[in-house]
Amino acid sequence: MDSLSSRAIGDFLGEAEEIIENLNNDLIVLDDCAAQGTCDPDLLNRIFRGAHSLKGLAGMFGFDDIASLAHHLENLLDHLRLGKVPLSNGLVQLLTEGFETLSRLVEGKGEDPDFTFDVSAMRQRVEQFLAGGPAAADEPAMDRIDPEILAVLTEFEEHRLRENLKQRQYLFKIKADFDLSSFDQELAALTDLLKKQGEVISTLPLSADLTDRIAFQILFGTDLPEGDLGSLVASEVVVENLLPAPEAPPSSRVMVADSEPASAADKEGVAENSTAAETSARSISRTVRVDIDKLDLLMNVVGELVLAKAAIGQVCEKIKGEGGSELGSELQKATRVLERRLEELQKGVMDVRMVPVAQLFDKMNRIVRKVANERGKRIALQIEGADTELDKLIVEDLSDPLMHIIRNAIDHGIESPEDRRAQGKPEKGEVCLSAAQKGNHVVIEVRDDGRGIDPEKVRRKAVERGLIPETAKLSRDQVYDLLFMPGFSTAETVSDLSGRGVGMDVVKNNIALLSGMIEMESEVGVGTSIAITLPITLAIIKALIIRVCDKTYAIPINSVMETMMVEASQIRTIERKEVIELRESTLPLLWLGDVFQLGTRAGRRERFFVAVVGFAEKKIGIVVDELLGQQDVVIKSLGESLAFVRGIAGAADLGNQKTILVLDVGGLMSETLRGDSSFFA
Amino acid sequence: MAKKILVTEDSSTMRALIASAIAAVGDYEIVEAANGFEALRILPREKVDMVLTDINMPDINGLELVSFIRGNANYKDLPLVIISTEGSEKDRLKGLDLGADAYLVKPFAPEELQQLILKFLG
Repeated sequence: MDSLSSRAIGDFLGEAEEIIENLNNDLIVLDDCAAQGTCDPDLLNRIFRGAHSLKGLAGMFGFDDIASLAHHLENLLDHLRLGKVPLSNGLVQLLTEGFETLSRLVEGKGEDPDFTFDVSAMRQRVEQFLAGGPAAADEPAMDRIDPEILAVLTEFEEHRLRENLKQRQYLFKIKADFDLSSFDQELAALTDLLKKQGEVISTLPLSADLTDRIAFQILFGTDLPEGDLGSLVASEVVVENLLPAPEAPPSSRVMVADSEPASAADKEGVAENSTAAETSARSISRTVRVDIDKLDLLMNVVGELVLAKAAIGQVCEKIKGEGGSELGSELQKATRVLERRLEELQKGVMDVRMVPVAQLFDKMNRIVRKVANERGKRIALQIEGADTELDKLIVEDLSDPLMHIIRNAIDHGIESPEDRRAQGKPEKGEVCLSAAQKGNHVVIEVRDDGRGIDPEKVRRKAVERGLIPETAKLSRDQVYDLLFMPGFSTAETVSDLSGRGVGMDVVKNNIALLSGMIEMESEVGVGTSIAITLPITLAIIKALIIRVCDKTYAIPINSVMETMMVEASQIRTIERKEVIELRESTLPLLWLGDVFQLGTRAGRRERFFVAVVGFAEKKIGIVVDELLGQQDVVIKSLGESLAFVRGIAGAADLGNQKTILVLDVGGLMSETLRGDSSFFA
Repeated sequence: MAKKILVTEDSSTMRALIASAIAAVGDYEIVEAANGFEALRILPREKVDMVLTDINMPDINGLELVSFIRGNANYKDLPLVIISTEGSEKDRLKGLDLGADAYLVKPFAPEELQQLILKFLG
């Protein structure tokens, strides 16, 4: 299909990524199943269907590499779901690698549709795996089953029916009819109820001539005898034996009786499931996938509107100032309505952009497994706060830095099981990935219980690399800062696993680009924690506009704690740092004019303005000449070439075609608090 | 009035591809269903003139949908084409046995689908 538009290819890549993401999550569950030795057939079939869909889609686009590998994986999964190969961790590992290869292909094609690489080795491994498998087990004959029933079963469903026969389960045809307008919820409620007691093999809609209603026949395998099943389902549901002469019950099992408390919980579960089924059934048809660029465009328009509204507000003031107070008041009223609606619109668009970090965390879960496997380490990943929401773009851009940090934690942090045992730690290392919202910020933390960072080792290495003089005396924070310096990470420390040869300096810069801040805490032998503090969204922010030496800057308002006027006489010097007293604590000062070398310090002035900025306990005072007030600003990217200018997070559009720079509060703070004067040199 | 074609397929990309292939050969209205349940709901509501369906779907399978359509007096004569990935020969034969008029294997060329549409809806 040569005529396929790039939009169609974009659709494909989006859907392919989604399928692979879901597959990866399912594979994690499958891995646990392999360890336990039992597995839900629905799960297997879902994974199979994922590979199957990928193959079909890729084929339509002529992506033969993806199609052929997906075909092999599908074949392997087909064998697995049909019971022709046993489930093992090795098999799950092979599948995981296979889908990872597919994911790389999909990712590559996102950059360039002609991107490809040789997948024959992977294909061969799948073939070898199948060649080594045992022959299919003896299957019980199906001749006792009504051919009409068999006629509508897919191969997989037939296999499940056979499995149920093999395990000597009771088999039932369960018939029920529902209102056409709500049948999916009601059917899902019945199916969920049944699934607790056995396996739903197939669901056949019956062609009975009903108006406004639809009947279904569910094929159900269970170890519950007919009487018990009958009392479980509603009275209008018809239960029939599938086989003329049912076989003996396979095992004695106690059915949960209605009067027991557990049953009440069960029933609640069913009720919950039925509402869950309702939402999920709806979401299929009520969800749209939108290109993030479209949302950006929308956001930009909203941003322009916000600025236009500000301009109207100014006109309004002007009219009132020039004596047209009546007209001015009317305009003001109208503007206020506009303002409220705009706020709603802005909030609406923002909400659409918000996604739970779970997406990101799931991805990390996979990386943890992979890296742990490759490094021969045993790791338990704890995830907390996965439902915390962040702007989709931030989540995307966070992926690489977070991956790097996690790889580092496993690569360098967590010790080998032997070492851990020797230290009296549990063999399984722990990595905790957490997210939490704090005001307008989200803090994402990666914590490990590994060997921690030895400041002396880091210092020695920095000396070796020529980053600091031999005699340098460094505080602990300054030592951690070394880790974020360009040139500190080398081939020796950055293994092929720890990212694509990027060091922590790149991680830090990426976080700064998101107006975020990164902090590290570590204790030798106990572990390391890296916390990333990020704004919830980047698109439109309220900012404090300030002026220094006739230059205007914006400070994101969510990092401004307060502003104040300070007399020159209040400034004191402690350890060569200028500070003021602020409610019984000392506040380090940062002269913005010095930072950007804007000429002579206005030291002769009697009074200054100070904007107190910070997150939580950490704060500094930014000394400026003038405070110009609060305003909504639309954040614009600085572009690649200016991306790494220190102290600056981006540019903002003020509306009247003026662009000003936005301060990187996180960066300025960490440098000021550590007193690293070389930063500004 | 444009003839209506019900496309039952869980992949949105595939639905879009099918719709664009059909749009190239005439003025047809496409009604999309992302799963079998949606198809069951659409059938009595919209008077469709033809049905295209996938086999592997999460709720009811395509064979079951074919069986339902062929057994129902209101729909039994609708032209019905199964579109599914090459794979189980058994499933394909079952589909034809149940009364599907044709079976299109993914990946297919748009022309193959277009010919089937023209054949059944003219």
